[in-house]
Amino acid sequence: MTGWAMALFQRDLRLSVRVGGSALVGVLFFLAVVTVIPFGVGPDLNLLARIGPAILWIGALLATLLGLDRLFQADSDDGTLDLMLMAGRPLELVVLIKCAAHWTATGLPLVVAAPLLGIFLNLDPVSMAAVTATLLVGTPALTLIGAIGASLTVSMRRGGLLLAVLVVPLAIPVLIFGVSSADAAIHDPVPFLTPFLILCALSLIAAVIGPIASATALRFASD
Amino acid sequence: MSLWDYANPTRFLRLVQIVLPWLIGLCVLFFAAGLYMAFFTAPEDYQQGDTVRIMYIHVPAAWLCMMCYSIMAMSSIGTLVWKHPLADVSAKSAAPIGAAFTFMALVTGSLWGKPMWGTYWVWDARLTSVLVLLIMYLGLMTLWRTMDDPIKAGKAAAVLTLVGALNLPVIKFSVDWWNTLHQPASVVRMDGPTIHPDILWPLLVMAIAFSFLFFVIHLMAMRNEIMRRRVRALRMRAASTSTPGPAGAAQPAE
Repeated sequence: MTGWAMALFQRDLRLSVRVGGSALVGVLFFLAVVTVIPFGVGPDLNLLARIGPAILWIGALLATLLGLDRLFQADSDDGTLDLMLMAGRPLELVVLIKCAAHWTATGLPLVVAAPLLGIFLNLDPVSMAAVTATLLVGTPALTLIGAIGASLTVSMRRGGLLLAVLVVPLAIPVLIFGVSSADAAIHDPVPFLTPFLILCALSLIAAVIGPIASATALRFASD
Repeated sequence: MSLWDYANPTRFLRLVQIVLPWLIGLCVLFFAAGLYMAFFTAPEDYQQGDTVRIMYIHVPAAWLCMMCYSIMAMSSIGTLVWKHPLADVSAKSAAPIGAAFTFMALVTGSLWGKPMWGTYWVWDARLTSVLVLLIMYLGLMTLWRTMDDPIKAGKAAAVLTLVGALNLPVIKFSVDWWNTLHQPASVVRMDGPTIHPDILWPLLVMAIAFSFLFFVIHLMAMRNEIMRRRVRALRMRAASTSTPGPAGAAQPAE
């Protein structure tokens, strides 16, 4: 089992890193969002430090949403997806591996970039570490939930906007607990671990529901 | 008489034809009684005055928007598990009705909130989760509209409906958490005195009237959807016979 899984992971990772450099584009978009926020709310560093975790989380959410249509679109266009459907491997596992590769290519760079962008937002080291930790745990959930939307809109020509509309309501819990555990580490109205563990739980739930629902949708889309 | 007897759309339409007039009659009756009670016999609130009567529209609408989503979720199970041919018709026709009730609950809520709370909108946990529900309804409707093939659209929407049904409690829970964390002082709560029977009875009658209204509109919408699919199937058949050569997937929609 591990052989084909590794092969699929490496193939997806290589494709998403090389074709169009999606990893870099995602980080650039993240940077652009973070740059734009001070123009909207003003250059007050105290305010930025207060809403910094929220800005980073919203930026990460938007960057993830933008990259999601690449998850299945290219494979569906050139027929690879049909081959994967017919290959007899459990499709849920295929989706999970594809999500893992997609996250490594698009989500992980966001997590790595977050501390750097935190400097722009006047975050102190503790909150920087907290935001990075929550992003590390939370962005896989965004990718996995997004996979549902991506597989539902895979047969559409311009499904990107609809994908975002479908995914955002489902991503609200992740956003809430991501931001509140980062806030908890900074202002500690509640212990950091409580929301953080709930965030971990949400990621694990997404790792179950995401691949199952997404595989079901892909099967329906193909027949 | 099982659910499968009505898998045949023609038989279902015949049933609708018999049931619908009775349902409409009951709906009108309950609305007349409920509105009369709400406007004339129910007492004014000692603090809120006449604005409390908004409740007789607001609360049933809020109940209905939850019920409508559960009916859609059950229909989605029907689509995915039993492949009942009318399940996705039911889910599809329920979505706009649910969105309408959700919208009504939000609008009456904010009209009620302006005199009572002094603002049209509060980021209260309840209001926020109902708003999220509205976005989900609208997203589902858009998904149905953007896919050409009604069967495929029905299955895709069923998957999304069920994921949404799993997620709604989580969203509710997390929004509750979020609100209590950020602004515990301004959470608007409705726990005044427990509901007096003079208010409760009109409310219950109105809730029954709203449920009947839902069933009437739902059955009508399902009838329309079946007709629409028949028209579509007839058109595709006509198109495939008139043009030479195989015209692709002209499968009947039912």
